[in-house]
Order: sequence, then C-alpha cells, then structure tokens
Amino acid sequence: MGLIEGRLHPGIVTTTVDALFNWARKNSLWPMTFGLACCAIEMMASGASRFDFDRLGVVFRASPRQSDVMIVSGTVCEKMAPVLKRLYDQMPEPKWVISMGICSTAGGPFPTYSVVQGVDHLVPVDVAVAGCPPRPEALMHAVLRLQDKISEMTIARASSPRPSS
Amino acid sequence: MFRTQEMEINMGPQHPSTHGVLRLKLRLDGERVIDVWPVIGYLHRGIEKLAESKEFVKITPFTDRMDYVCAMSGNLAYLGAVEKLCGIKVPEKANYIRVIMVELNRIASHLLWLGTHALDIGAMSIFLYTFREREMILDLFEAYCGARLTYNAFRISGVPADLPPGWKEECLGFLKLFRQRHHEYEQILSANRIWLKRTKGVGYMDAEQCLALSVTGPVLRAAGVARDLRKDEPYAIYDQLEFDVPVDDGCDTYARYLVRMAEMLQAVRMVEQCLEKMPSEGPLMGMRGRKMRPRKDEEVYFAIEGPRGEQGVYLISDGTDRPYRCKFRNSSFANLQALAPMVQGGLVADVVAVIGTLDIVLGDSDR
Repeated sequence: MGLIEGRLHPGIVTTTVDALFNWARKNSLWPMTFGLACCAIEMMASGASRFDFDRLGVVFRASPRQSDVMIVSGTVCEKMAPVLKRLYDQMPEPKWVISMGICSTAGGPFPTYSVVQGVDHLVPVDVAVAGCPPRPEALMHAVLRLQDKISEMTIARASSPRPSS
Repeated sequence: MFRTQEMEINMGPQHPSTHGVLRLKLRLDGERVIDVWPVIGYLHRGIEKLAESKEFVKITPFTDRMDYVCAMSGNLAYLGAVEKLCGIKVPEKANYIRVIMVELNRIASHLLWLGTHALDIGAMSIFLYTFREREMILDLFEAYCGARLTYNAFRISGVPADLPPGWKEECLGFLKLFRQRHHEYEQILSANRIWLKRTKGVGYMDAEQCLALSVTGPVLRAAGVARDLRKDEPYAIYDQLEFDVPVDDGCDTYARYLVRMAEMLQAVRMVEQCLEKMPSEGPLMGMRGRKMRPRKDEEVYFAIEGPRGEQGVYLISDGTDRPYRCKFRNSSFANLQALAPMVQGGLVADVVAVIGTLDIVLGDSDR
C-alpha cells in the first residue's frame, strides 16, 4: 500500500482502487481477542451463537499481527497501558480501534489512581461505544459504523487547498 | 552431555486463554514446568478505596463489576454484609427472589466456565452450545432487571420488584430444557477420549493442600471436602431447600469438571423448589428510605457460596452512612494461589487447562 498511497490525485484510477480495497477491508475486519474486563464477556457473547459476528466477516484472532481492529473491551489500568500500546504498535497498517464501554472511553465509574481515564490517551480511537457494558447489538452497531468509515477511505493524495480566484 | 537449559518465558497479559489479564512467568525445562509466578494487578481498579468514599447504597454497582461473571452473588454478599451490619431483616419473598437469581447466575457462570475451559483445551463446539443456553438465562435476567451482565438487581433490605408476569413459566420452561441440554454436554465430554486425556490427573491438588492455601468452592469439593456455605452456614433461605453438595475425590481437573456439572443440576433443583414455594404475596423491601446509620465501630464479616468459592465482605463502620473500611474476600484471589503447586512438574500445555479449571475471574482477584 505504501507504494501508491498518497501519490495520485483523485480521479478515476483512485476511486476504482478505493472501491476494491475498501470493499475488501471492511468485510474482513479481524479484531484481536483483547478481553480486559466485564465488556470482554459481552464481546465473547458477540462472537458466540446468538449474535454470531462471523457473518459480518468479524473473525476473532489471537494475535495482533493477524488483526485489523483492536476492540478495547474494559477498564484500562495504568499497569496495562504499556502493554496495550505495544499491542497496538504490533498490529499491521491499516488498523482501527473500537473503544467498547464507558471504562475504556472515559474511565467510567472508576475515577481512581490506577485507571487510565480514556484509552484515547494511548491510541487513536475510531468508534466509541456507550454502555456499561454495551450490549452485543451496540458492538455490532459500532462495527457497522466502522465499516462506513472504512468505505470513505481513499488512497488519493490529500487535495491541497485551491487558490481563491 | 544431554542437558536441557532452563528457560523463562512470559505468558500474558494478552493471551486468549488466561481469562482476562493474568500474566504468568514460567520457568521451563523443555516441556516441563519447573515453576510459575502469577503476576496480577492488570485490572486493579481500586474498588475498595472507592467504596470508602461512597454511601452504602452506592457501592452495590461496584460489586457487579468485580466478579462480572456472577454479578448476582457479588450483590448478595455485599448486601448481606450491610444488612448484618445494620440489623435489617429481609422479607421472605425477597429472599426467594434473591436465591432464584443467584442460582440461575451460578448456572450461567458455570456455563461460561465450561465453554471457555473446553475452548482452551480444544473443544470448540461446546462453547457455542453453552453460550446458547447462557443467552436464555440472560434473557430471564433482562426481563427481571433490564441488564445482561451487571445487574444491580437487589437493594438493601430486599428486592425492588416482583417477578414480571409470565416469568415463572418461562423460567420453568428453561429449566426443563436445560436438563436435556446438560445431558448433551455430558454426552459430548464426559467419555470423550481427548477430554479425558487432557483433564485426568492434570492439576492435582489434595484436600490438605487446598485447605492450607484457603482454596474454596468446587476446587475444594473436588478434593473430597464437602464444604459449602449454603449447607454449613445457611443464609437467605437455603436451610429450607433440599439440595446435595456434589463431592468428588479425584482431586484433578476432571473431578472439578464433574463437580461443577453436578452443581448446575443442583442449582436447577433449587430454582424449581423456590419457584414452587415462593409466597405469592408479601412485602419486597424490609425498610423504607435509603439513609442508614450503623452503630459506631461495628465490624461484620458475611460470606456466601459463590460459583468460585467463598465470597466474603468485611465491613467496618464509623457511625456514618459510609463504610470506614470495605474489604472483599474474593475467591479468585485465594484460588489463584493454587496455580503454582498445580502446574509444577506438569507439561506446559497443561497450564492452560489448570487456569481453566480454577475458573479465575481477574476482576474478582484484582478488584
């Protein structure tokens, strides 16, 4: 991707390539099994029988090297923060982050000495899900919103501001 | 000549089979485990310290988030301690509803244990089956209190609401179905050769060692000690119910599997009895208002039998509406001590089986 990304001006070539790449990316979002706390149970339930995320192309992978999206599911503690950052760095580009639940989004009900008050202090968050814990439907909604976001992506060079005539 | 070199490796905190954020430092001699040091604290949220600055009523939601697999037990243990501290009596009907919820949640917790434990060892399909039944229980909880995982379903001195209309029939229908499904699990696993090879003789711990490490719950009962707080020190209405305490003297992972499977059926029996005996009329709350002032310098300890073992709450009051100290005795923390003696000398692949059989919840142990 690095070869052509950001080189071409927007045009018929880039839109065609974008359509292909974005279609492939958004329909095979592989999250990393990164269970931190209570939300992890709901994340497991999302992957299990009733909600069955496999039908969205969401297949849980055990390794950051194989995954595209990191679902931060639960309270991020100070002790866990360096681990989380390293795991994020180990994921190959392009990568996305879903912050699941109010704990990882903003610290939640734990304004204490040991809790990171929002995972956006550590990694860039694409979609935040509200709830304590969010229902699997809410997580599914987050995945769908992330797919929308991915379908807007482009490999074209960012257009420079036009001189006002 | 042929000497293997000892090696130290790290496992976790991000590992799919450590059930959360447990980190293990393993010292290995080839495939054999020489020693293991669990490193915990990756989910330490400071709940005990937070509790000191909250009023008694406001601490209950935190107890949901400690042992999040069995939140009802956490609620009951904490509320039991507060009621003991303030000398509040709980109406009979509320006690019946509490026991129904706690026992259903015990089934849900054991189902989650069975699914993930089997998944770790390599049986994928059972995970999908147990989650199917678990969702049915969560539907029942949702109909009662509106939440799927963190319920906060009880209040100090009682429960906030009666069972909704039609709930009883739905619950009975589920229990009937569950007995069949429980039989299916046993057919899949109990005589499965791979399952037997991965669990028999793995993670051996006898009664003496269990008691020395203050291990409780199914791990202790699978070592032949019939210790169950529901029988030994009955709380709520357990003294009016008929149930057995499943015991096995295999002391290994398979014995713990058998004990937990039998416990699920006992829980079904208890819920059925409760639904039958529950009075149709009666108050649900034992007191009015939410302000409470316990006596100064009072100390109480109240423990219940959670799905993982003794779940206790220790409260000290200083005469205000907040606790001076709120200490949670959680079974995951105590049971985690058993990990090292269980895996020493075993194979590195069995570490995963032993973590599964201890049924650790890291939120419970780190708090």
